[in-house]
Amino acid sequence: MRPYTYQRPADARAAVAAASGTGATFISGGTNLLDLMKLEIERPTALVDISRLPLGDIEQLPDGGLRIGAQAKNSDVAAHPFVRTHYGVLSQALLAGASGQLRNKASVGGNLLQRTRCPYFYDTAADCNKRNPGSGCAALNGFNRVHAVLGSSDACIATHPSDMAVAMAALDADIEVMGADPAARRIPIRELYRDPADSPDIETVLRPGDMITAVVLPAPSPGQQVYRKVRDRASYEFALVSVALVIETQGGTITSARVALGGVAPKPWWSAEAEAALIGQPATTAQFRAAADAALAGAIGRGHNDFKIELAKRTLVRTLSDATQQGERA
Amino acid sequence: MALEQIPTEPTHEDRGPGAFSVELVVNGTRHALEIEPRVTLLDALRERLRLTGAKKGCDHGQCGACTVLVNGRRVNSCLTLAVMHEGDEIITIEGLGTREGLHPLQAAFLAHDGFQCGYCTPGQICSAVGMLAEVELGWPSHASVDVATRELELTDAEIRERMSGNICRCAAYPMILSAIRAVTGDPA
Repeated sequence: MRPYTYQRPADARAAVAAASGTGATFISGGTNLLDLMKLEIERPTALVDISRLPLGDIEQLPDGGLRIGAQAKNSDVAAHPFVRTHYGVLSQALLAGASGQLRNKASVGGNLLQRTRCPYFYDTAADCNKRNPGSGCAALNGFNRVHAVLGSSDACIATHPSDMAVAMAALDADIEVMGADPAARRIPIRELYRDPADSPDIETVLRPGDMITAVVLPAPSPGQQVYRKVRDRASYEFALVSVALVIETQGGTITSARVALGGVAPKPWWSAEAEAALIGQPATTAQFRAAADAALAGAIGRGHNDFKIELAKRTLVRTLSDATQQGERA
Repeated sequence: MALEQIPTEPTHEDRGPGAFSVELVVNGTRHALEIEPRVTLLDALRERLRLTGAKKGCDHGQCGACTVLVNGRRVNSCLTLAVMHEGDEIITIEGLGTREGLHPLQAAFLAHDGFQCGYCTPGQICSAVGMLAEVELGWPSHASVDVATRELELTDAEIRERMSGNICRCAAYPMILSAIRAVTGDPA
């Protein structure tokens, strides 16, 4: 690790001011940042420790929604009684990610902002436009089995690694941000992440010094919630493909559906196309397959990851099938 | 021991990059250290406090050999900074039991042959202590059939899933499972 200074500001405002300086970055759980600092992929000159700021509460809102403080630990969110009963997809997604030790450390804000696990991003000898802008993308013609099939560019085909964010995309969460501007801003999670285009090093719409203070979930939707993750090991592994689904059926007809995919794109992939192909339609396998085809219509395989396109479709069909059968039984 | 005097209050000014005073409470004992802010909790424990039970396996949070308990919760000590734990209660394998009075999980690992080379064992045991505390709190896992239910049955599948953050290169997993299972049958 390169040398750096450390401070623990008294409040959120002071933290934002401290992190607005050149070379400064926030640290909370540190489980991703310190990993990258040891490899000198991240090289901050100042760490601003926000882990002890009073931003970890999980509170129900008057409108029926839930406000999850950005400093809440992943394990606390997953185990929260209201999350477990009303936002099951979020609890499932969190529990499908990382290990018990990491979930005890990792914060909600840090989970959203974690970096890709693309092996070429981690290999400092490899070309990587995300780590070293303009150097090229070694994954494009490399061993790209785990890489993106949706939303990528010729500059970067890395995936976003979070499970939690995929569930939050299906739940239509808002991200609450404090920045240099005194008024807190709210950014829909579906707008938080930028497409990689020509500058994959810039991953979100956040500005330097911006601090995520909370994630706000709208009031729970009726119906079934499922997170399904497909990976190379049964546990403690990133997704090849995952599906977050919130769906309701009445008398065999789909009345509402929200679909997001993980492991396939540079961001949690909200699929308006799949939703449009489901809502108002019969809950049949043929319709599920049509929705899956619609969700992956724009997919581009890069060679080793071609299988992900069909895998994502089948995973979505299976998740839809399981969830709607559960719904009919309920 | 006046633990409350350890500085947990905000530090408005930058500390480092050189060494500065950091006080840690490890296994109930307070230690004053002069360390840089880039010293991980694991390195502080091993290199400065000579508590070499927690092991450096991967140093990237992938193997779990460095697992310790911070305020009762299991964490990877390699992926956190010592300075971030001023005032926290840190328990390492050395603080769980003594040679004469083993922690029940230590005794169970011996009785069930829950290791071969032993390198991952301190992490396995600290992790298991933290894991059983999580079960006590009713936390669900990826192996739980329904995350909403409060009725948790600690099946073998549950134990395996909850312990997946600890790798054993010798693959002593069946015996590790037996050791943990033995302790759950006889609550410590």
